Order: sequence, then structure tokens, then C-alpha cells
Amino acid sequence: MAQPQATGQQQTERTNGAQPVNGMQFGIDVKPGMIDVVPDEEARLIVRNVHAYYGEAHAVKDITFAMRSRKVTAIIGPSGCGKSTLLRCMNRMHEEQRAARVEGQIILDGENIYDRSVDPVLVRRRIGMVFQKPNPFPTMSIADNVLAGYKLNRVRAGKGDLAERCEVALRRAALWDEVKDQLNRPGTDLSGGQQQRLCIARSLAVDPEILLMDEPCSALDPLATARIEDLVKELSQEITVVIVTHNMQQAARVSDMTAFMLLGRMIEYGPTTDMFTTPRDERTEAYITGRFG
Amino acid sequence: MAAMRNSTRAGFDRDLQALQDDLLMMGSMVQKAIFKALDGLKNRDLSISRQVIAEDDLIDRKRFMIEDRCIDLIATQQPLAKDLRAIITVLHISVELERMGDYAEGLAKISLRMGEQPPLKPLIDIPRMAEKATEMLRRALDSLVRQDVALARDVCASDDEVDELYTQVYHELLLYMAQDPKTIERATFLLWAAHDIERIADRATNVAERVIYLVTGKLSELNAGRY
Repeated sequence: MAQPQATGQQQTERTNGAQPVNGMQFGIDVKPGMIDVVPDEEARLIVRNVHAYYGEAHAVKDITFAMRSRKVTAIIGPSGCGKSTLLRCMNRMHEEQRAARVEGQIILDGENIYDRSVDPVLVRRRIGMVFQKPNPFPTMSIADNVLAGYKLNRVRAGKGDLAERCEVALRRAALWDEVKDQLNRPGTDLSGGQQQRLCIARSLAVDPEILLMDEPCSALDPLATARIEDLVKELSQEITVVIVTHNMQQAARVSDMTAFMLLGRMIEYGPTTDMFTTPRDERTEAYITGRFG
Repeated sequence: MAAMRNSTRAGFDRDLQALQDDLLMMGSMVQKAIFKALDGLKNRDLSISRQVIAEDDLIDRKRFMIEDRCIDLIATQQPLAKDLRAIITVLHISVELERMGDYAEGLAKISLRMGEQPPLKPLIDIPRMAEKATEMLRRALDSLVRQDVALARDVCASDDEVDELYTQVYHELLLYMAQDPKTIERATFLLWAAHDIERIADRATNVAERVIYLVTGKLSELNAGRY
């Protein structure tokens, strides 16, 4: 299999012989090019030599790349390529499944989130996740749904603080105006698109630094999809977003960086505009032009 | 252009191929228009010149038809990567070809303005310019079919030869005008004709630049000629 390719101008900028900090910091052999796509100072979350398994099945194979701070990174690839698995590795959700394990490192603020000393619950607070199907807690009101993560994290707060936090989270999720008069109604009364924004609000309520989104629009109609896409762009001004999507046009619309995966490997990673106009790898070209997958 | 890959988008590939075929047909129409316009000019055949002017409408219509199909494909197929570059390339080249057709029409109009009067001098360099310019167009379209970047670059380099001939014609005609002011009008007609042909060659280099874009994704200005 050919070496993964990195798209963009970054290679030419590293001509002074200086080694990228990302590659050297932990003394790990990094694939040349793939991690250099993102300058060290812009890297927020660094995935390094990550492998993920379901029992014997090797779902994610030796992936190394960095997500840019306050940008949207899209991960695309055909079904079963490992993109959702990779995403779940990024906040230690993968290991929650039976016989699942992860190798390698995922670095947030210089710390490997897989370090023995790190509490996975705290990781998930800093790295939130939104799933394919909106999953509000069925027995909870809208307000309780928003604050569920916050309360589960055993954060102490007064009533006023909670109300304010709820409003801020709903506003950030662009849902406040639609639900402000019905905060005590069940979350499941909302439309699909609203439910998904409620789930985003629930993630935002704990102030994550990174938001992972696993095909967040696949169950939504085009209008609800457009609202979520707008929201993703807006959120990326404050936090780093990683989105897994089957929808190529969506990746092109919302993301700044795009990674293409195939058979568990990352084939190409670069600025979205480059990936969708002049991909370097013929497998990326074939996939995004709809010739396979 | 639509390299027939083992494709799940066979219909789209066929559409892209048909689009390219139409563009090549338009290229052939433009080449014929240039040859005919020159024929009319050289042999003082005003009926051929009139024919060129009338037939320019067909070239214009072809261009709009190609543009419509490009828009339809963009709207319905959401092309990306090379497919997107292919459609954008066809769009640009169709505009270049349409402008070349206009220059051919310009040559025909000059011929009509010259009317029955004989040319100032036997036309030698102007037909040579036209020959080179149409050859550049032929090779530029060939580079499109073959997706041959080296050939496309070669086309751009040929523009210098046309520019040199133009300079030669220009100085020669200036000399005629300086020596005998009565020749000014007829010399100016020929100067216009040489200029139109020089522009056709420039447009051929634009076509070649688009081929380079199609293949490499890089936009570059290779037409560094003097005019």
C-alpha cells in the first residue's frame, strides 16, 4: 500500500531542518507528512500511532494526525473504514465496548488521554460527543437533558447557576429561542433536528474543549441538517470540532480540514479545499468522485 | 477526460466524455472558421468572408449549449476533484474557443471592409501566423484529449513564434505607411488582421493552461508573450 499523503503547502515551509515538535515530543516514529499538515502551534488534539481493535478485528491501523485548534476536521471514508471507531477512541468511548482495546497515544495539552493516571470520565467532559441518532434521555425534561452531563459530572452549582448554564448551552446550540417557554416538557417532544441540537447543548453544558460528532445529521432532513451545519461552523470559533460524515458535500461545506480513511488506515489528510479539488492519492480521488464506496 | 475507470458512475463518465466530444467539435468549428476567414482575406473572396460571419452564430450557440450542460452537471452530479476540474476546464475552454471564433469573424469583417481593392502586398507572413496559431489550437486540444501536460507547455512556448511574426509584420506595415501615406488605410487593415491572429494564438495558450489545470490542479499563467 502506498504511503499516506499529506495535502497542502506545509512541507515546503519546513526547510530549515528543524524537526516538528509533534513528531519528536514523545520519541514516536511518526509518518512523515501526515502530522506536519498542522503546524505545531495549531495542533489541539494529536492522534499518534493509534490502533483500535474489536477482539481480533483490527479496525484502526496506525493512525497519526493532528486536529487544528478551533477548526472543523471532517473524517470521511466508506462504511466500515474505521472512522467512527477512530472518533470513539478520541474520548475513550471505544474501550467501553466488549473486547475493544486501543493502542497508541492521543494527546490533549501534552498529556496522553490513555495514560493510567487519567480518568476517562474527565476526558469525556473535556472531549464531548454527539451521536448519529439524537438520544435525549426520554424521561427527562428539556432543561434536565441539557444539564444531565453537568449533573452526572457531580459538579456542584446553585439553582441560578444551573438555569444560566442551561440557557447558555441552549443558546450556543441555537435552540434557546425555540424552547425557552417549554423547558419542562420532555426532550423527546422535540423534532429530530431540535433533539439533535438538544444533544449538542447537553455536550456544551459541560464546556468541552473538543466536540466529536458522529454523523450528526444522518437522521435529519435537509433543513435541520443545514441548521446543524451552521451551528458546527459557529461552534468552531470557540471549540475544536471533529465530525465523521458519510456526506461528502457536508464535509466540504463545514470542515476546514479533511481526513480520508480506507480499510482502517488514513490515506490522506489536508485542507478541505485541497482534498476536494486536487486530492493527491488516487484512492481519495476515486472515493470522493463516487467511483467506489 | 473522463478516463473510463471501472466506475460506479458510468452514466456520469459518459456525460463527461460527451461534454469533451462537444468541446472538440466546437474546436473544429473554430479551426474551420479561421481557415475560411483567412481564405477569404487572402483570395479576396467576399462570399467566403460573409459565410464566416454568418457561421459565427453556430459557434456562439455551441458555446451556450456546452455552458448549459456544464451547469446541469454541476447541479445534478455535485462533481468533485478531477470531475470538478474537468467541468470547469470545459467551461473555460468553451469561452476561449468562442472568442477565437470572434477573431475569425473579425478577420472576415476586415476582408469585407477591404472590399474589392487588392491587398497592399502579397500575404505571406499573415498566413504563416494563422497557420501557427491554428496549429497551436490543434495541439492544445490534442493535449486535452491526451491530458498531456508537456504538450500543453509546448503549446504555450510556441506563442513566442507567433509574436515574433507579428512584430515583423507590424514593422513592415509601418514602413509602408511611412513611405507612402496613401497606403495607410490598406496597411491598417492588414495590421488589424495580424493582431486578430496574434490574439487567437494567445487564446490557444489559455486553452493549454486550462489543460495543465485539469491534470495538475494548478492554475498558472504561461502566456508571457509580448502582446
